[in-house]
Amino acid sequence: MNLSVEQTSESPPSSVLVRVNPETGQGQTILKSNVPVPKIKARGLSAWFGAKQVLREIDLYIYPRSVTAIIGPSGCGKSTFIRCLNRLHEMVPGARLAGQVLLDDQDINAPQVDPVLLRRRVGMVFQKPNPFPTMSVRDNVLAGLRLCGKLKREQADEIVERALRQAALWDEVKDRLREPGAGLSGGQQQRLCIARTLAVEPEVVLMDEPCSALDPIATARIEALIHEIKHQYTIVIVTHNMQQAARVSERTAFFLMGELIEVGETSRLFTSPRDRRTEDYLTGKFG
Amino acid sequence: MSVRRKEIIGERVFVALCLIAVVLPLVILLLLLVDMVWDGAGRLSWQFLAGYPSRHASQAGILPGIVGSFYLIIVTAALALPIGVGAAVYLEEYGRRGRLANFIEVNLSNLAGVPSIIYGLLGLGVFVRVLGMGRSLLAGACTMALLVLPIVITASREAIRTVPDSLREGAYALGATRWQVTRQVVLPLAFPGILTGAILAVSRAIGEAAPLIVVGALAYVTFLPESLGSPFTVLPIQVFNWVSRPQKEFLANAAAGSVVLLVILLLMNSLAIWLRARLQKRRTW
Amino acid sequence: MEKAAANICRRNSASFYEKIIEKLLLSSGLVSVLTTAAILAVLLYETVAFFAEVSPARLLFDTQWTPLFVDKHFGIWPLVCGTVLTSLVAMVVAVPFGLLAAIFLSEYASERVRRILKPALEVLAGVPTIIYGYFALVFVTPLLQKLIPDLAGFNALSPGLVMGIMIIPLISSLSEDALHAVPVSIKEGALALGASKLKVVWGVTVPTALSGISAAALLALSRAVGETMIVAIAAGQQPRLTLDPRLPIETMTAYIVQISLGDTPAGTLEYKTIFVVGVALFVFTLGMNLLSHRLVRRFRGKYET
Repeated sequence: MNLSVEQTSESPPSSVLVRVNPETGQGQTILKSNVPVPKIKARGLSAWFGAKQVLREIDLYIYPRSVTAIIGPSGCGKSTFIRCLNRLHEMVPGARLAGQVLLDDQDINAPQVDPVLLRRRVGMVFQKPNPFPTMSVRDNVLAGLRLCGKLKREQADEIVERALRQAALWDEVKDRLREPGAGLSGGQQQRLCIARTLAVEPEVVLMDEPCSALDPIATARIEALIHEIKHQYTIVIVTHNMQQAARVSERTAFFLMGELIEVGETSRLFTSPRDRRTEDYLTGKFG
Repeated sequence: MSVRRKEIIGERVFVALCLIAVVLPLVILLLLLVDMVWDGAGRLSWQFLAGYPSRHASQAGILPGIVGSFYLIIVTAALALPIGVGAAVYLEEYGRRGRLANFIEVNLSNLAGVPSIIYGLLGLGVFVRVLGMGRSLLAGACTMALLVLPIVITASREAIRTVPDSLREGAYALGATRWQVTRQVVLPLAFPGILTGAILAVSRAIGEAAPLIVVGALAYVTFLPESLGSPFTVLPIQVFNWVSRPQKEFLANAAAGSVVLLVILLLMNSLAIWLRARLQKRRTW
Repeated sequence: MEKAAANICRRNSASFYEKIIEKLLLSSGLVSVLTTAAILAVLLYETVAFFAEVSPARLLFDTQWTPLFVDKHFGIWPLVCGTVLTSLVAMVVAVPFGLLAAIFLSEYASERVRRILKPALEVLAGVPTIIYGYFALVFVTPLLQKLIPDLAGFNALSPGLVMGIMIIPLISSLSEDALHAVPVSIKEGALALGASKLKVVWGVTVPTALSGISAAALLALSRAVGETMIVAIAAGQQPRLTLDPRLPIETMTAYIVQISLGDTPAGTLEYKTIFVVGVALFVFTLGMNLLSHRLVRRFRGKYET
């Protein structure tokens, strides 16, 4: 009797336990899991800046078409963790990595993997909005496609409108597309950066404290847009704001001093955390 | 071949081009220098170094040029250093963001970009004519002093800035006046940097020819300058004179003279580096 | 008690001494202001005297420059043309080399490589110009004559090329500063979109640093315009209104040298012409320097938060 675990061809794919008849080669589904196949798997991930270790043996799964929040006090390694997911970590001189990160079961640090191609599938929005200063709003949105050489002229206008609508920015800038991107307000700039990231149509969107430089109204707008887009993308959001994590995510992971302390469904983690340290952080005993 | 593969190869080619852009000019300079040394080596001898210019190329020497340059940079340094260090002290210790200091700084940054030949015209109009110095060593030195003044001031300011404020405050707290702090705390510590600045200025001055030609340094001089008021020549102008001659034999002289000039420059810069290293060792922080 | 009170009151003699020192130091600082004033005064005085004899119209509208001939023409354009021609040739060499060098040092080179190559490039700027002039006349011109048969012995191409090599560090140094000043967040933003490093450099970093790079180019151009010895040796003494770099020409700076070497007595018209040419030179270089500083302030100010 041969048993194996396979993925179904639904979307998102689920895991199924299959019994294969050795004579006929036919498979028969015995058991089906409700939990979808993880989009990203981190296994034993450790990271260093020079001699200083900032991540210790992280084992974390990120599931597709949902929002995973990463919380923890300053300096706990949250930003470093997501920067390992799109291989930006290695761009810092002296940075080092150990362990595995798998995207759709493929090791992203394998020698034959091209980080440039990886980053077209895994996009990132940064803490401080960083629209390209020499480009207009329109050019900023198209920048990703242009830089990758994948822009088709005829589709440009359509792409710009679609991305800006997804980022909930279209109505505010549709008459100002040719104006400099840096001329928008902080919240608008951040939504522009989100539009820019979405225009490339990545599969995963990493967000490194996207609202920490913004006022509450702009923050609310961005949280609303995350709700809108999460059914299409896999989103990982780092936030130092616990309430934001509770509002926005399905799963939450708590990091402390480079270690993953606890991870689980958001409502469960917030109401009955299993680890003492998680509880202390959530109740404000430190942080 | 995929698009990405072409991109990667393209990037490698680009980096190679950039490396060539950095290295090629250096290689060209090296080749030119080697060629020049080759051409001039034959003419280098004691007779060349100690002799006077002559109508016959093989008998010509550059002593007036060497001596003239030597006297010139000494007087230039004697003029430029006190003024330059004084100005730097004013800008860093006394003026500090005042409107007057700002105005001086604007002037300085403009003067640094003025072509050296304009300083020659300045020297001609003011020192040679109005102040009546004539075409003398003194006029040349005054002109060069103004030319290198921005260099001395910039280097001295950098040096003064490296002195930590905590030392100044310690001295003020003991009741010292501003000048006492400057003279006894800041300047001694800034001395290595100021010295480096002086050597930089002198290196620049020794290679200049254009402003001195305008001020009236002669090209064909068969005597050594006797006083500040006498006519003079300098090494670069002597080389210029030989290069400008139609007869080919003088070109070897020009090459030899250039080699002497380069050796002097190399010695000065090495001296600067050595002095700097020695004085840095005395630092206790 | 009284002793203590007296001790903290100002001592007149000491403070007088301090004031003298301060005035002395201030006057050292004012020397630079005096220098600028003197330059303006000297240039303008002789130029005004010149215009008393020769109308400005002849300066601006004549196309020949022959102040030493019997038939005197005072059109400044041939000299300006010579200067522009040699400077343009220099820029054609210096800008590509300087910019590529800057990109390499700022974006690709490791710290170790940078520490060796950057000072090495500065050596190019430290060689005395008389030696560059020698190179231009003795090596470059004959070499080019093999490639370009109708290249004259004195021409604009040779000194232009050599000047170009000399000013490469000017462009590479300032451009490197400008590229380095582009915030890391912008570069990372482009990388995160999946752009290759080359695309990040040309698509985002260089455009953002453009004002700094332009400032560098202007400064280099100003230096080329003001250069004297290289062109005095290798470019010739034939003022000519042409854009052909193979012909002998004369630059503004070389003309001043030519007159200074000759026997022109002070006070004559010919003597005054060198100051008129000096004014033109001063105005050009000052204009370019001011524009360059304005651009530098613009790119520095943008990212200084």
